[in-house]
Amino acid sequence: MSVTASSPIAAVTDETESGQPGGLSPSYWPFVVPALVVVVATILLPWAFTLWMSVSEWKIGEGHHFVGLANFAHMLADRRFGESIERTLAYTVLSVVAPLVFGTAAALLFNRNLPFRGLLRGIFVMPMMATPVAIALVWTMMFHPQLGVLNYLLSLIGIEPQDWVYSPDTVIPSLVLVETWQWTPLVMLIVLGGLASLPRDPYESAEIDGANAWQKFRYLTLPMITPFLLVAVTIRMIDALKSFDIIYAITQGGPGTASETTNLYLYSVAFSYSDLGYGSAIAVVFFALIILLSMLLLQLRRSSARLAGGSK
Amino acid sequence: MTHDLKRLAWKAFDRVGTTICVVLVVSPALFFFLWMLSLSLKYEIDNGAYPPVFIPDRIAWQNYVGVFASNNFLLYFWNSVVVTGAATLLALVVGVPAGYGIARMKAERSAIVIMIARMTPGLSFLIPMFLIFQWLGLLGTLVPQVIIHLVVTVPIVIWIMIGYFETTPIELEEAAMIDGAGRWQTFLRVTLPIAKPGIVVSMILSVIFSWNNFIFGVVLAGRETRTLPVAVYNMLSFEQVSWGPLAAAALVVTLPVLVLTVLAQRQIVAGLTAGAVKGG
Repeated sequence: MSVTASSPIAAVTDETESGQPGGLSPSYWPFVVPALVVVVATILLPWAFTLWMSVSEWKIGEGHHFVGLANFAHMLADRRFGESIERTLAYTVLSVVAPLVFGTAAALLFNRNLPFRGLLRGIFVMPMMATPVAIALVWTMMFHPQLGVLNYLLSLIGIEPQDWVYSPDTVIPSLVLVETWQWTPLVMLIVLGGLASLPRDPYESAEIDGANAWQKFRYLTLPMITPFLLVAVTIRMIDALKSFDIIYAITQGGPGTASETTNLYLYSVAFSYSDLGYGSAIAVVFFALIILLSMLLLQLRRSSARLAGGSK
Repeated sequence: MTHDLKRLAWKAFDRVGTTICVVLVVSPALFFFLWMLSLSLKYEIDNGAYPPVFIPDRIAWQNYVGVFASNNFLLYFWNSVVVTGAATLLALVVGVPAGYGIARMKAERSAIVIMIARMTPGLSFLIPMFLIFQWLGLLGTLVPQVIIHLVVTVPIVIWIMIGYFETTPIELEEAAMIDGAGRWQTFLRVTLPIAKPGIVVSMILSVIFSWNNFIFGVVLAGRETRTLPVAVYNMLSFEQVSWGPLAAAALVVTLPVLVLTVLAQRQIVAGLTAGAVKGG
């Protein structure tokens, strides 16, 4: 389990690998202090500041004063906020499932002996390393209903032209297409790490028993790579929830507000309407949502680990 | 005999099938970047043609000439280099010792702070930081962007270095300390040289994620302090630019990253699967 053991989510939560309380030798503290200062200054202090702002009326260029939970109460009545949450959840579910399916399939393929494997993997990984804004500009051109290459490709296989990001009905699936194209490689890499760690023996005995390829995948591979899939789901979910660059650069949340996820709404409130107090309150709730969903997944991961441990 | 033939046939079938699958799996990425290149090398008349032209008769090199000649492009390129360079350098200076200290103290749980940074939407750092930089009067400079990029680069470096130092043997360090070297001396002379591959991995990923960052620049950059992703996005929104020059600009912005990805593919894959960290 090299990936799970060393991935940030796993290490923080892995109960078997506790960090020996009392074993902290003080002499190593000087190594950590500079980074601690940076983390406090750039991560923890801004967070505390955000919490304070979330209970304030605070507009750019105007004064500020304490308003208690008024911002949070406002959120309950704010339909645009509620819709953004629903949209974000739908976007996230699609952006987790599609890369998970394609990424797992690609990992099974890349796990075999391929000619030019390194080169092919390099090409395959390019979408997730490329600059998101640059990618978004080209996707925008490809989505163009009249001149875009996507509608041309569809016409080759007899499918009628689509409006892609230009219609409220298809904008979310179209953006998920970009997100899937971009992040399937990350799922592939995580699952590939899992496949590399699988033992050979069960497969040999399964072959002796005459199991076919599907049975071997369903009853051997899939259960054994489940921990890796759950790591991939967690990472993918967090990234999809806070997706910004691609959506902002392609649609700015449009048409209308049809692709306005919570992160984009948050941006508009804080920096287009200059309402930093309400924006901070949304940021707090949004962060709480991300934490909550991550904890749920963590719970799932623990119970699946217990299941796997019990069946041995 | 027939058994052997059957096996040979199956093998050939398997190989052909695998090849087809590989082509299918790689083609979305390959097609996208080739199409990007094609768009950037075509005149407007070819980019507006239907059915689309894949390989034009005349190549529009002028699209690239235009990118470098216009719109402060070199200034924005330099801004990107300064922000990414400074944020990565600072992250290495504080992050490598921190990864070492955390690994040696076996305090991996302190990495929960990194997880929180990973889960936090960039905007919730941006709202308070924007005000702080405004109060400090720093908004016209590159300093705010360098500082806020640390939110991305420091966690990447610390994370990868914790994993790396956990696998480097402690015996060499103990030997050096028995010989009378202090902790810092041991770290600088003995540990750092061994950790070079890990440092390279964390540096590459830090550079890429900092270079690609868009959201911080959107909020914090002024006209003179834009980084490349912001500058390219502004080309789209402020003028009705034709596709050729826009695609050329987009390709120039992401080319350094793509080259790095191909050259350092092995390190990037190792770093991402070990750290599974992404900034932003």
